[in-house]
Amino acid sequence: MANAENKTANLNEQLNKYYQQFRAHCDKILALSNDSLEKTINVALALCLVCAVLVSIATVALRPLQAHNKALDMKRNILDVAGLLENDVDIDKTFKERIESKLVDLETGDYAEGINVDEYDQRKAAKDPALSVAIPPEKDIASIRVKAKYAKVYFVKDGDQLQSIILPINGYGLWSTMYGFISLEPDGQTVQSINLYDQAETPGLGGEVVNPHWRALWKGKKVYSDKGDVALALVKGGVDESRPDAVYKVDGLAGATLTSRGVSNLIQYWMGPEGFLTYLNKFRTNG
Amino acid sequence: MDKETKKVLFEPLVDNNPITLQVLGVCSALAVTSQMSTSLIMALALTSVTACSSAAISFVRQHTPGSIRIIVQMIIIASLVIVVDQLLRAFAFDVSKKLSVFVGLIITNCIVMGRAEAYAMKNPPWQSFLDGIGNGLGYSLILIMVALVRETLGSGKLLGFEVLPLMKDGGWYVPNGLMLLPPSAFFIIGLIIWGFRTWKPKQIEHNEFKILPFSHGLEGGHH
Repeated sequence: MANAENKTANLNEQLNKYYQQFRAHCDKILALSNDSLEKTINVALALCLVCAVLVSIATVALRPLQAHNKALDMKRNILDVAGLLENDVDIDKTFKERIESKLVDLETGDYAEGINVDEYDQRKAAKDPALSVAIPPEKDIASIRVKAKYAKVYFVKDGDQLQSIILPINGYGLWSTMYGFISLEPDGQTVQSINLYDQAETPGLGGEVVNPHWRALWKGKKVYSDKGDVALALVKGGVDESRPDAVYKVDGLAGATLTSRGVSNLIQYWMGPEGFLTYLNKFRTNG
Repeated sequence: MDKETKKVLFEPLVDNNPITLQVLGVCSALAVTSQMSTSLIMALALTSVTACSSAAISFVRQHTPGSIRIIVQMIIIASLVIVVDQLLRAFAFDVSKKLSVFVGLIITNCIVMGRAEAYAMKNPPWQSFLDGIGNGLGYSLILIMVALVRETLGSGKLLGFEVLPLMKDGGWYVPNGLMLLPPSAFFIIGLIIWGFRTWKPKQIEHNEFKILPFSHGLEGGHH
């Protein structure tokens, strides 16, 4: 007992000594001329330390809240492209009831086994060398360089009835890599909706990819031509409805040629053999 | 409230407004004012940053070496801006997504730096804090005025509530698309400045040079 008490007293004394030294050092520094080198360095160090602690506390303490917000936001994006986002809808509840997540091995087109679907984050996986593959430059039409081996797709269900299938897509526009979802009808061919939820294109020009009117143009468009190629693309100007291929074309964005090209490219890539083509073929035959 | 406090707090609203008189912080005023909600959050963020940074900078002013003065100010401002940004992401996620980079850009907002250099380096912390609040309020006032015009005329709404029923929803109002684009804020701020200077002629700046009439201009140039 006495020994332990002794130790605490010793420790206290030691700490007190350090504190006194620290105080003396501070007093000495504060008394120095503002222009001296020693004071400049000390003030800079102390300030950086205080600010770093402040910033770190804020980031660490608020991270759980931010993560929750992000997860909720992702669910909202998915419900949006599924057409289930109505006013004052309970996002968590609707997502749980209507959406089923699945992991697809992009190379084989089969569902991946042995990975926790709920915890899998495709955007994070794309940055992890163990979970991603580099795309050879000649095949990298969407300019994304790497892709995750497994893609997280979502089934929209009404009871047991499959209503649509949501595929994650991404590709480079003019300024930014755009991330989004495209939802297809169960035939794996007809577009229901597109939602490029994360992009930093020019507001008012390329940024119009989020415009509801433009997004509405995608409904009912077809992805694959009769020969099985990806035919869906944006065209400059407006779509001439009388043309035979009008069902494969969507109006390009006015004043945003490069963003429009980026959107066409990412559709071409993700619907093609490097993306979901293998999976969709299997899906169509096996269900 | 004593006279000095009143002056520090309320002078920046009209008589010494940071946007209309000093023409500072215009960039973000163009960018975030297409909606009232983003404007209010931005105003709140800038006011708190200006107030807290002014107080902090004033607190260390007597021990700030002249050679690293600006860096010291920048570090304090930047740290506060990061904290505000993190808070917004945690508690006002949707608005922070819309504000995107503009919260981060408060670091470079001339009002914050301007008040630090012009006021906080020479005055005690509490007064500097009030000065920051006052200038933040001056900025907020203009933001709210601009957003009021832009959101009402641009989308027929205010804070998301319908004010002018839109034609496409069966009403009578055809929204003015220009109001949603940044240049419209330029026009509105210009009109506000004109209004303020007509009301308070003291704010009119005198020409620093005289523009010569055309005929003299021809003779006066380099031949």
